[in-house]
Amino acid sequence: MVSPQALWWKPLHRYEKTWLIVGLVFCVFLTAMMPLWFVLGRQNVPTTTYRVDPLQYAVFVTRWAEANKVDILNNIPVVAPAPGSDVYLLGRQWQWYPVLRLQKGQTYRLHLSSQDVQHGFSLQPTNLNLQILPGYEYVATITPTTSGEFAVICNEFCAIGHHLMVGKIIVTE
Amino acid sequence: MAVTTLPAARATFRTCPVTTLKVDIAAERLIIANAVAAVVFLALGGLFALLLALTRWQAIHLLPADWFYRVLTGHGFDMLVAWIVFFEVAGLYFGSAILLNARLVGPRLAWLAYALMVVGAVLVNVMVLMGQADVLFTAYVPLKAHPLFYLGVIFFAVGALIAVLLFFATVWVAGREGRYQGSLPLVTFGLMVAAIIALYTLLSGALAFVPAFLWSLGLLPHVDPGYFRNVFWSFGHPAQQINLAAMVAVWYALATMTVGATPLNEKFSRLAFVLYALFINLGSAHHLLSDPGPSFAWKMSNTSYAMYLAVLGSLIHAFSIPGAIEVAQRRRGFTKGAFEWLRKAPWHEPGFAALVLSMILFGWIGGVTGVVIGTEQINMVAHNTLRLPGHFHATVVAGTTLAFMGLTYYLIPLIFRKELKLKKLAQWQPYVFAVGMFLAVIGMIGSGLLGIPRRHWDITFTNAPLQVTLPGAAQITLAVMGIGALIAVVGGILYLAVVLVSVFTGPRVEASRLTLVMDRRNPLVEQAIPDTGKEVTDKIAPRGTVILTFAFLVFFMAYYLTNWWLLGRTWWIR
Repeated sequence: MVSPQALWWKPLHRYEKTWLIVGLVFCVFLTAMMPLWFVLGRQNVPTTTYRVDPLQYAVFVTRWAEANKVDILNNIPVVAPAPGSDVYLLGRQWQWYPVLRLQKGQTYRLHLSSQDVQHGFSLQPTNLNLQILPGYEYVATITPTTSGEFAVICNEFCAIGHHLMVGKIIVTE
Repeated sequence: MAVTTLPAARATFRTCPVTTLKVDIAAERLIIANAVAAVVFLALGGLFALLLALTRWQAIHLLPADWFYRVLTGHGFDMLVAWIVFFEVAGLYFGSAILLNARLVGPRLAWLAYALMVVGAVLVNVMVLMGQADVLFTAYVPLKAHPLFYLGVIFFAVGALIAVLLFFATVWVAGREGRYQGSLPLVTFGLMVAAIIALYTLLSGALAFVPAFLWSLGLLPHVDPGYFRNVFWSFGHPAQQINLAAMVAVWYALATMTVGATPLNEKFSRLAFVLYALFINLGSAHHLLSDPGPSFAWKMSNTSYAMYLAVLGSLIHAFSIPGAIEVAQRRRGFTKGAFEWLRKAPWHEPGFAALVLSMILFGWIGGVTGVVIGTEQINMVAHNTLRLPGHFHATVVAGTTLAFMGLTYYLIPLIFRKELKLKKLAQWQPYVFAVGMFLAVIGMIGSGLLGIPRRHWDITFTNAPLQVTLPGAAQITLAVMGIGALIAVVGGILYLAVVLVSVFTGPRVEASRLTLVMDRRNPLVEQAIPDTGKEVTDKIAPRGTVILTFAFLVFFMAYYLTNWWLLGRTWWIR
């Protein structure tokens, strides 16, 4: 709390020197983990994004869902797309549309965007989360590794009905 | 009270009988005003916190949905902005004018800044409580609030910006008028770094809120949500790192005031602060890791603060502050084994208890969880879950708020010139608050690991169109959070009781010593510790700190690797 003596540029004590080096090595390790996982890991944040008009996206997904529906669940169409195909999910106040039926171990190009405000795509209980913005079409190449019924909840506040916003992805063996 | 008027300085000073510092009366009044406003918003935000915790604790579920989101908006602003920034402005005036024996430049402008901040904060709260701004603290476009909400934030930020500029001016004028010799004291140096961060933080705030304000008035057709998130977090995240730098400065101050610690190596500590100033702003990218748009390279280089160099700064402080305490204690004769200095530390001195608890909760929980969820890929299993609030309640509440609370007790005799009342409560307060926050934070992190979202009124999805069942264990983790919050609120009430009773009862008295419980008049002046300034010999070298910091690193590594394992279990995604 007081001004230091005139000459405070002193060499470090050996403990300080050791800690500084250990700390620096730790920081390099933390940094290296990310590109390593990017190359070797199976879970990476998607990097494909397109600009899109929110309403056009909504109209497109609605047509796609109606054309490809195989079932209806609580008035929401259920779509079972072919493995390897493009799959669309629309977030809007307050619904994830439509319900998707996927196969375990198959890969899909999942398109995600919003019709109105920001939403949070949160797949549970697998616990996989992405931010969804209107005007941005986010494309995730996903491969379900577990089967069963998964809830898609919204984890970004999207006005008063936020806690009612749910969707479903069903994964069959 | 000795009052002197320096003709050249156009300011009135009194001399503090304890520290012998010359105190600018105008600065003192401003410190009091800002500190009072800080505590008022802390109390309001604390009330909101109680209501929120009792709502998310699913067994109680107190508030209806609209009021939950409304109160959450107010809680975020009052705590993250109003309480913290008012206190920091008080801290900036203290660290510049008081610690440098100098006059505060432009006291009238400082009052204008204060008025702007008060008007802004009141405006925000009124708009929120009127239900005109149900957009949460982040106000992500295209959620729209009343224009006065954005205007309130802008008023507050402009006021804070003026205060920051006055701090720079005061330090500069103090140097020109020869009020201090040599380099700035380390505490002021730390606050200088906080002020530099504040400068670009507040400018980013303008880039976010001015367009949003114009858009809410209908003068701008569109604000891009990706742009808004980027500039909002260039405001929102560094705003908390102003806290970080200010809090670390307060840690050094508390270490000096309670055990007479002096920085082990000024070069080492100052290097750490410089690393903050240079790299910490990149951390705003933490909020965009799971966003569409930015590339992997952009996310990685930003989220790692260009190779974790700001983390290195924190690692340096994590060594140098406990090290300084250890050396001071060893100089006093507590040299047995590795930890006698810690066992025989003044645990009954509120400033010391607040310092140590704040450092542990901030570093071990807040710091570690922050780096982990700020790792590009790991963010996908944490984004917008309760792990996020878990992280920043450990840093901003258990760390910064607790440190600021500890410092307040010392400002009451020195600045308010009132005797500290309810001293027993003040001694217990840091422990109660820390235990409460520990449980609250562990409850949040546990819930988040189970996938429980943040900012969510009803995780049972009772009225949702499709049935959703989240893990049952969340009932327990949310209850732990609720119970912890209740205990922390008790700790907050103890703090308010001590402060209010001390400030509003009893006559004005001059302080007679610096510490509150310990009988040590003033470590700053008395040179209570022999050998200050000499080389650190082997007997007093901080061996215990080395053990503690390596234990910390092992814990850090274990939690970090566990999270990669958790990520590896989820679906494949690219």
